[in-house]
Amino acid sequence: MAELSPNAGTTILPSLEESKLFGLPKMLFFRILSVVLVFAIWEICGLIPISIAFPTFTGTMRALFEMIFDGRVIYAYAETLKPLGVGVLISGFFGVSIGVSMGLNRRSQWFWEPIFVVLQASPVAALIPLITYAYGIGLTAKTVAVIMLASPIIVLNTYKAVRHANPSLIQMCKSFQGSRFQEIWMVIIPNAAPVIFAGLRLGVAAGFIGVILAELLITPTGVGDLISYNRAIADYEYMYAAVFTVIVFSAILVSFLETVEVKYFRPEKKKGQ
Amino acid sequence: MSTTSAAAVEVTAAPTPQNDIVEVREITKFYGSDIHALSNINLGFPQGQMTTLLGPSGCGKTTLLKIIAGLLEPTEGQVLVHGKPVTGPGPERAFVFQDFALLPWATVTRNVAFGLELTGKPKAEREELARHYIEEVGLSGFGNKYPHELSGGMRQRVGLARALAVNADVLMMDEPFSAVDEQTRRKFQEDLLLLLAQEKKTVIFVTHSIEEAVYVSDQIVMLSPRPGRIKSIIRPEISRDASADEIRRDKRYLDTVEEIWTDLREYLD
Repeated sequence: MAELSPNAGTTILPSLEESKLFGLPKMLFFRILSVVLVFAIWEICGLIPISIAFPTFTGTMRALFEMIFDGRVIYAYAETLKPLGVGVLISGFFGVSIGVSMGLNRRSQWFWEPIFVVLQASPVAALIPLITYAYGIGLTAKTVAVIMLASPIIVLNTYKAVRHANPSLIQMCKSFQGSRFQEIWMVIIPNAAPVIFAGLRLGVAAGFIGVILAELLITPTGVGDLISYNRAIADYEYMYAAVFTVIVFSAILVSFLETVEVKYFRPEKKKGQ
Repeated sequence: MSTTSAAAVEVTAAPTPQNDIVEVREITKFYGSDIHALSNINLGFPQGQMTTLLGPSGCGKTTLLKIIAGLLEPTEGQVLVHGKPVTGPGPERAFVFQDFALLPWATVTRNVAFGLELTGKPKAEREELARHYIEEVGLSGFGNKYPHELSGGMRQRVGLARALAVNADVLMMDEPFSAVDEQTRRKFQEDLLLLLAQEKKTVIFVTHSIEEAVYVSDQIVMLSPRPGRIKSIIRPEISRDASADEIRRDKRYLDTVEEIWTDLREYLD
């Protein structure tokens, strides 16, 4: 057959990454700019101030570094990460497994779907007192709160992604005599990976909400305690610094998951898209 | 050119195992209880030849192809490959999909080698074979690209290389060029003929383009609309030695196209 040159037909849009602005790649420049803008607005709002309970950005950062250096933040995270880590791992592992089985098997769907739909639709904050009746006020109760928030999103996303795997790819796998296992592992799961990972990212974020909620509502420990204690004594800079760490930590966790997804499941996303 | 009427089909399609690599016997297909897709199809596919299933949309061409591929079960009847009844997909048949069916997360090389990966061939070996077929279909240098970086025509070349790589005797192509633009399509048809002459495959080709059918086929099976029945079998008998342009101006080529068009026209009213 006639040769085609490797550059023919590759219609990749001129990517934003290539052009530069102020010596920085354009994309990076805009990212930094948006972060700087948000902090600047925060600072201005704090200076006005829009509320006596709203500190400035610089004040919050001072409080943050103080809490990092005296170890309060680190100690708080050591507390918070226990239920969060265990809960997210359990939700991630069992959530994806249950979701995959629901997507592949109607009977499994029949069994699990109502449970997770109800869980997703229910106001979990209102159910937390119930958790304390059953599991007390220790680590278990907080872990259960994380699971209750994280797992429905993970399960339902995984289930939908697996159920809607591209039928043409499945047929292709069959036509080359792929076994059912190969079909699931080499076609359905990678095909569903973007949506499964979107579910995991949302699940992790929800798990974070769960653990903070539990720390605010069950017993004040960890980061939840930092927030509620500093609010109680009207030390708003410290309170906002604690909230700020939650946002940063959650963002780091979420982008870590994105890296895992691209590295192991969807390498094509690294280039061009 | 010879035309066999539907009545005489039984005679031509009578089992001649030495010639017909694939035989279709009394295939009938219902979808559910009310949609009658195919009705009593008897057909032989001669070894080393290109047979096209042609007909208006909804005549069951793709259904018939997928039954031969073992991807669909017939309601009645059976398909024989090398004289043995088929119960599912097999290594002697390879499929080229209308929508390419490439794994978006895999490079061209891995996509081409996918059929071999499923059979557990060692990585080095299957990548070597993949490289060979990537070159055959004219995609040298694209091995590390991903499908989204290729044009439609190039993606279908990957689909073709994947089917060739498993070295099946029968290649089944389901409207392989329908998602490809006209210019690319012509070039691809020419390349395909050259490649198939070299690889000596039996090809079963589904299309709704009359020109394409006449241009590429040794044997054209015309199906009538639902329920699909064999209307006639045409053998264009156009010499393949001539150049592509000469064939497209050949009187026999043009006459055959015209004749098929006259035949199919009645279904459109």
